[in-house]
Amino acid sequence: MIFPPELEARFDKMLKAYPEGRQRSAVIPMLMYAQDAIGMVTPELVQEVARRCGVTALQVDEVVGYYTMLHRKPFGRHHIQVCTNISCMLRGGEELLAHASKRLGIGNREATADGQFSLEEVECIGACSWAPALIDNYEFHHSVTPEKLDQLIDSLQKKAQ
Amino acid sequence: MRLYNEPNPLEVKILTRRFGITNSHTLDVYLQNDGFQAFQKALGMKPDQIIDEMKASGLRGRGGAGFPAGMKWSFVPRSSPKPKYIVVNADESEPGTCKDRLLMEYDPIQMIEGMMIAGLAIDSHKAYVYVRGEYRYLIDLLDRVIDELYARGWLGKSIHGSGFDFDVYTHTGAGSYECGEETALLDSLEGKRGVPRLKPPFPAVAGAWASPTLLTNVETFSAVPAIIRDGGAAFAALGTPRNGGTRMFCLSGHIERPGVYELPMGFNLLQMINEVGGGVRGGRKLKAVVPGGSSCPVLKADECDIAMDFDALAKAKSMLGSGGVVILDETTCMVKFAMRIMKFYAHESCGWCIPCREGTAWLKKTLIRFHDGHGTSKDIDLIDDIAKNMLGRTFCALGDAAAMPTISIVEKFRDEFEAYLAKSSTTVRVPELTVV
Repeated sequence: MIFPPELEARFDKMLKAYPEGRQRSAVIPMLMYAQDAIGMVTPELVQEVARRCGVTALQVDEVVGYYTMLHRKPFGRHHIQVCTNISCMLRGGEELLAHASKRLGIGNREATADGQFSLEEVECIGACSWAPALIDNYEFHHSVTPEKLDQLIDSLQKKAQ
Repeated sequence: MRLYNEPNPLEVKILTRRFGITNSHTLDVYLQNDGFQAFQKALGMKPDQIIDEMKASGLRGRGGAGFPAGMKWSFVPRSSPKPKYIVVNADESEPGTCKDRLLMEYDPIQMIEGMMIAGLAIDSHKAYVYVRGEYRYLIDLLDRVIDELYARGWLGKSIHGSGFDFDVYTHTGAGSYECGEETALLDSLEGKRGVPRLKPPFPAVAGAWASPTLLTNVETFSAVPAIIRDGGAAFAALGTPRNGGTRMFCLSGHIERPGVYELPMGFNLLQMINEVGGGVRGGRKLKAVVPGGSSCPVLKADECDIAMDFDALAKAKSMLGSGGVVILDETTCMVKFAMRIMKFYAHESCGWCIPCREGTAWLKKTLIRFHDGHGTSKDIDLIDDIAKNMLGRTFCALGDAAAMPTISIVEKFRDEFEAYLAKSSTTVRVPELTVV
C-alpha cells in the first residue's frame, strides 16, 4: 500500500523514533493515522502495518481487536462520539445521546445510510468540566445542548451539500 | 472555546501562570515569561542536587497514586549501561479528570522543560509523550511545538551548546483506559495490547523496552520548572506537610461554576465547592462528592469538610486521585450512579486477570438488574461481596478502582438501595430483564 506523501513522511519519521529493533512500537500510531486516511482498518492495512513494523499480521490484528478507537467497519464521515460517563451523565449526556440517536435515526456504533454520520456512546473524553461533551471526528464540542447538537448537524449537512 | 476560567482569587497560579497570555503555547511567549530559566539553572546543578530539590518540594505524582516524585526519580539507576527513557503519561482518562488537556494546550513547553530537567537528573536523552488517541488536536499541537523547539535549538543535539542531547516524540494511544496504568502504557508504547505487567520490576528499573524508565503524569512534569526555578522549599510551603505545592482540581457535575482550578494542596473541599465553584447547582443540597476521579470512594456531604491532600483523604478512607472532583446534588440516584461507574470499568477491564474481568462484568449485570427493577434483597450484599472479593486480588489497580467506589456507595447509601428495592416491587422500570 502507498499512502499520501505527507503520511509516508510521518511513517518514516515514526519508525525512526523508537530504538533500533523496536519498530513494533509504531504499530498503534501507524494504524491510527492510516485509519484516518482510508476510513477503517482493512485486512490489507493490517498486512501493510505488519510488514512495515516487522511483526506478524496476527500481532497487528490482536491490537486492532483491543483498542476501541480502531475499527474494521467504516464510520460516517462525521463520527459523533457522545460521552455519557459520570460528569456528562450528571449534566444531560444520556439525553444528548438519545437526542442524537433520534435525530440521526441510528443507534450506537451505527452509520447513516448516506455514510455522512455515525454515532458512538463513548467513555470519559476528558471534558468533564465542560459537560456534556461530544467529539465530532477529533473536534471537541463542549456544554452541548440538544439545540446545539441540532445546529451542529445542520451545519455539517449544509457543508456536505 | 477557551478552557481555562477567569482566575479565582483563591487560586495560586504556579502551573497555570501563563494561562491567559496570548499564544502562551509558543516558544517566544514562553521565553518572554521565564521560559527555560529552570533548565538553564539545572544545567549548573549535579543530578543529585536536582533530585534533592524534587524531594524537598514534596511533589507527589499527580496521575493518581501520589507517589513522591523525587523518590521516583532517585529509583532510576543512573549508572545502568542501558539507555534511560522518559515517558509522559498523557493518557488522561479517569472519569472526572480534564486537567492535563489544559496544561498541554496552554503551556506545553513547561511540561517539556520539566522532562528535560528530569533528563538531566537521570541521564536520559529520549522522551515519549503517550497521549490518549482522543486528544489528537493536542498531539498535533505538541508536534508543532516540538518541531519549533528543534528548529531553534531547544531540543536535539547539544542543546544551546550545553552538550546535553534530548529528543522528544509524541505517541498516540487508541482508546483504552487501562493504558493509563503505567505498565499497560509501556506495553501499549511497545505496540502491544495494553495489559499490565507483573511488578517488580518497576518501570524505573525495567520499563520501556526493558530499560530504566521514568514514567510520570503531565501535571507532575509541568510542576518541575517552578520547583527548580524557585526552589523545592518554596513549592513545598504552598501546600501541607508531605503534600507540596498546588494542584489542578477539575470541578464537574452539579456545580454552578465547573472548571479547572489551581489550588494549594490541602484546600478545604467545602470551600472549594462553595467559594471556588460557586456552590451546588441551583442552590440544591449537596449529597456526595467523588474527590479524585471515579475510582475514589465517594464522600458523603457530611464528610466533605476535609483538606484536599493525599494524607487527609487516605485518612477518610478515600483518595485524592487525579484531581477530578465530581459534585453530586440531592437529586442524584446513587443506584444509577453506581451502575454507570461499573459499566465503565467493565468496558475498560483489559481482561488480563479474572477477578477484574469477571468481577466487573458480574457487578455490571447485578447493578443493571437492580437498577431496572428486578433486584432482590440478596443483591445489595451480593454487590458488596463481589466488590470486596475483587479488592486487592487483581493484577493492577483497575480492579480496585472498580471495587472501591462500589463498596463505598453500598456502605454509605445502603438505605437508598433498600428504599429503591422496596419501590422496585411496585414499579418495575424496565419490564424485560436485560441480558447483558
